[in-house]
Amino acid sequence: MSGSEVSVGPRRGTIDPTVAAELPGLRLDWLTVTVRRGSAVAASGPELAARLRTLSDRYRGATVIAMRTHPIPRAYRTFYRQIGLDPDVDRIPSEQAATARLLQGGFASADLLSDACLVAVVETGVPVWALDASAVDPAPPGLGIGLAGAGAGAGAGGGGGAGAGTGEGSLVIRDRRVVHAALFGMPLAGEPGPSTTAVTLYSLGVPGVPQIHIEEALWCAAELLSSAQGR
Amino acid sequence: MQDKVLTAVPTFADPAAARPAEDAGAAGPAHAAARRTLRAQIALLESELAQAFVTAFEMRIGSLPGADAASPHRGTPRLLDLGELEQVRDELAGRLTDARALLAAATDEQAGKRELLARMQLEPGRHRFTRISCRELGEPGCGVWHVRPRLGLVGMLMGWWQVKLSSGCPLAGGRGRRRMPSRS
Repeated sequence: MSGSEVSVGPRRGTIDPTVAAELPGLRLDWLTVTVRRGSAVAASGPELAARLRTLSDRYRGATVIAMRTHPIPRAYRTFYRQIGLDPDVDRIPSEQAATARLLQGGFASADLLSDACLVAVVETGVPVWALDASAVDPAPPGLGIGLAGAGAGAGAGGGGGAGAGTGEGSLVIRDRRVVHAALFGMPLAGEPGPSTTAVTLYSLGVPGVPQIHIEEALWCAAELLSSAQGR
Repeated sequence: MQDKVLTAVPTFADPAAARPAEDAGAAGPAHAAARRTLRAQIALLESELAQAFVTAFEMRIGSLPGADAASPHRGTPRLLDLGELEQVRDELAGRLTDARALLAAATDEQAGKRELLARMQLEPGRHRFTRISCRELGEPGCGVWHVRPRLGLVGMLMGWWQVKLSSGCPLAGGRGRRRMPSRS
């Protein structure tokens, strides 16, 4: 291995019992990938850029229109409705990527980590987000889904200030101490930066999304990160 | 189907009484079951609305009613209580009803246009200068079916009429710059 590796297989995140009882089938999987310092936010290599171009060619207007009838996007759209989000306003990640592709004429490359997460969502339809692993408390119960205001502060500081979408009683991604993000939202804090040496990737599954797709999305992003370290 | 969906779950007078986190008590299991039913109904309605959306696209209908009526405010993901779930369900049911009505009207209109086109082709002389676009027929492209006289004025005088299909969409960039003859 060239200074990077997928440290462990995907771990099953903990779900708050109230949430689990109310929304059976909701799941979070996460894994940690070690990376070279600074590489996560560096520009992607030509291989990844080429892959994004190839993926861009798969999308046409009609494909994007029909997406919502496909099983995985439909499952996320349905789940959005069930938790008070409107998927026509807060688009589900795969539709968001597809819409951006139509508007921009292609998948725009940002940095290695963003591109790896983008490829994962385009390939599988399952979204993947990333956090700096140093901001995540790996001690049990580890990363999971809970309700805001039940023991953890918002953001990396754990100060308790609510971020966007993380008000009292909202569904959030959290560990033992800190609320990291709203469910399906971008991380509030703890995003990987130039000093990041390990990245925690996590993915959310909802009823109707097979487990294998969730794991595949994580592995896809993790492998892209790992293979890019060898360059 | 619509009526069944709308009447499957009783309406609770006080939605706050049915908050998911406050289910301890005798009504808890009943409310939980009602919320499960509502979620199943929302899933069904979302699926049917998605199908209607795609059908509208295939039929070249501009947009479905309610598609742009989505709340402009970004939501917060949370556990919805019974009242909120009912609200989501009712809104979806309303949108689906409107979408189906629009699709039915568009289907009738397109069937009428197709019938007219068939009559135009059988008896062009009775439908002089009638135009039907492919969009009106629910077909792709920018073509227009048009009843025109054969050989221009001669055809008009002789009663020679024909149906012609114009040749599709105009070029995005026009016909291009006309090449001027060089003076040399």
